[in-house]
Amino acid sequence: MGILEVSNVNKNFGGLKALHNVNLDIEEGTIHAIIGPNGAGKSTLLNCFIGKLVPDTGTVNFNGQSLLGIKPHQINQAGVSRVFQTPEIFMDLTVLDNVMISCFAKRDGAFSFNAWASVAQQTDIREKAEKMLEDVNMADKSKMLSGSLSRGDKRRLEMAMCLSQDPKLLLLDEPTAGMARADTNNTIELLADIHEKTKITKVVIEHDMHVVFSLAQKISVLAQGTVIAEDLPENIKGNAKVQEAYLGGAH
Amino acid sequence: MFTLAKNDKLLLVIVAFFTLLAPIILNPFPTESAMAQFNAGYPDLMQRFVIFGIFAVGFNILFGLTGYLSFGHAAFLGVGSYAAVWMFKLLSYNIVPAMILSVVIAGIFALIMGFICLRRSGIYFSILTLAFAQMSFAIAYSVLSNPSFNLTNGETGLQVYNDDPQYLKGDGPSTTHLFGLEMRETFTLDIGAWAFQFNVGYYICAIFLLVAFYIAIRIFRSPFGLMLKAIKTNQTRLNYTGLNSKPYTLFAFVISGMYAGLAGGLLASMDPLAGAERMQWTASGEVVLMTILGGAGTLVGPILGAGFIKYFENIFSKINDSVLHSWFSLLPDGLENAIVWVLHFFVGKGWHLTLGLLFMLVVIFLPGGLVDGGTRIYNWVRKPRNPEPAEEGAQASTDQ
Repeated sequence: MGILEVSNVNKNFGGLKALHNVNLDIEEGTIHAIIGPNGAGKSTLLNCFIGKLVPDTGTVNFNGQSLLGIKPHQINQAGVSRVFQTPEIFMDLTVLDNVMISCFAKRDGAFSFNAWASVAQQTDIREKAEKMLEDVNMADKSKMLSGSLSRGDKRRLEMAMCLSQDPKLLLLDEPTAGMARADTNNTIELLADIHEKTKITKVVIEHDMHVVFSLAQKISVLAQGTVIAEDLPENIKGNAKVQEAYLGGAH
Repeated sequence: MFTLAKNDKLLLVIVAFFTLLAPIILNPFPTESAMAQFNAGYPDLMQRFVIFGIFAVGFNILFGLTGYLSFGHAAFLGVGSYAAVWMFKLLSYNIVPAMILSVVIAGIFALIMGFICLRRSGIYFSILTLAFAQMSFAIAYSVLSNPSFNLTNGETGLQVYNDDPQYLKGDGPSTTHLFGLEMRETFTLDIGAWAFQFNVGYYICAIFLLVAFYIAIRIFRSPFGLMLKAIKTNQTRLNYTGLNSKPYTLFAFVISGMYAGLAGGLLASMDPLAGAERMQWTASGEVVLMTILGGAGTLVGPILGAGFIKYFENIFSKINDSVLHSWFSLLPDGLENAIVWVLHFFVGKGWHLTLGLLFMLVVIFLPGGLVDGGTRIYNWVRKPRNPEPAEEGAQASTDQ
């Protein structure tokens, strides 16, 4: 039994079938990549996991608990973190504050009226955040405004924010989109390194085949809203259906 | 328990210094001199400085910190005033029960208003608060002042009459007081050509301001305050980080409503009157101006902004044509008349024009308000002596 089970998910936008009977089973401790041509429904599927969209039919179960109809913060508190395609961080706050907010959310839950304590004196949170920034090689930037970071660093920060919460499942939406080759390689290394250390289950949506084949332990191929193949990376490369979908199938 | 970081402590001490010595600092010109009209050190105006300072500090917790622009905060000011005057009518002129009730009632009122208005954000939130405040104004102005149930006394405004019960009054004073210490009591100190007025009411307000300011510093530096800043920056990320933004915004709204209620209660304590016009949208807009002018999201900005606007309102509006003529009497007649004719539009009843121009200048050239201006001057003065590495720009500037 997988940590995330998606069965028979359908989602229509007007007349468009964005997702059609999607079934997925994500095994705990693996990196599972979801690939597919543009418009295949990858982001729609991810949005169904985090409460941004509600599927028309079907179920999404995380550790046996349904993720449908509950709010984003509840999904996060249950242990699902997400890294966005365009980094969603607190641009007006310092890098350290960004990570500390995540740590507070992990420690204090969805709401705590902690208006008398001083942030500066929360040493456990600060140390945890600083440690996390060291792990992603950003300790020297902790006092910078996160809005002034480079795109790669913003992504790194967002990952640090997600990881500091020790999630059970990490969703990464195109973690290397718009990055230069060097940055992409750094990100791959970072992700592989993190996976080595923490074994957090990861679902990666990606365009870049280089990234997919360097990281993924299992790949699902989505085309026109359906899963057309699900296999180990070495078998996907030779799959005829996949080649057709990418290289001139029915568009 | 009550400790602050070094910078914040310094800031609190500076604010305390200026508020406690305001009767001297704001009276730089001798009483008989021509410049005396620029003196602001008289009790009535100084009370307004600090009361509206409290109002703006509270508003800043919602607007500056959380990023929710409320156009209806004057409703809480009015509610606080009404609550306080009712305490004077029913109990006695002692301001303690009045202050407590005004804060509590404003808090409850803010809870209801916040619960409804916070369902939306951005411009929709602003419009909802505006609508709510205008409804409150209309209700206070007419609905709640009919002969069978007169809560607000409508157009005349709520005030204390001789036949009011005042159950606890006994032999107590017939003006507002704090356990016998009358608010209007003023001690005048004559030094040479100067006359400094130390007023009890002002000092009571000043103490309230310092306490309110101290609480604001605590909130700014707390994990709760950090979450409010995070809401202002990126609410999506906050939700996906596992935090529920709704109760945070609601608490911020209620806290700032209570600050406004406190300010309203103080206004009534200084002068036991409460009128519906205190709730009007112009009053709500004024606190927005104060906060932006001083520097939204900074600690002292709102107090500076409140002082600035109240100073202009009271001092510039006093200058009339004959005063202008006396200033420029040395110039040739034609030129004098021309200058007076131009300036005429900016003083007296036209003081709003001056304020509007200043507001535009500040918003265009100093988006961070007066505090931003102060920081720039400070940096500019300091820089040549010990040049900082260029990295400074990228570092987060700490809000003062």
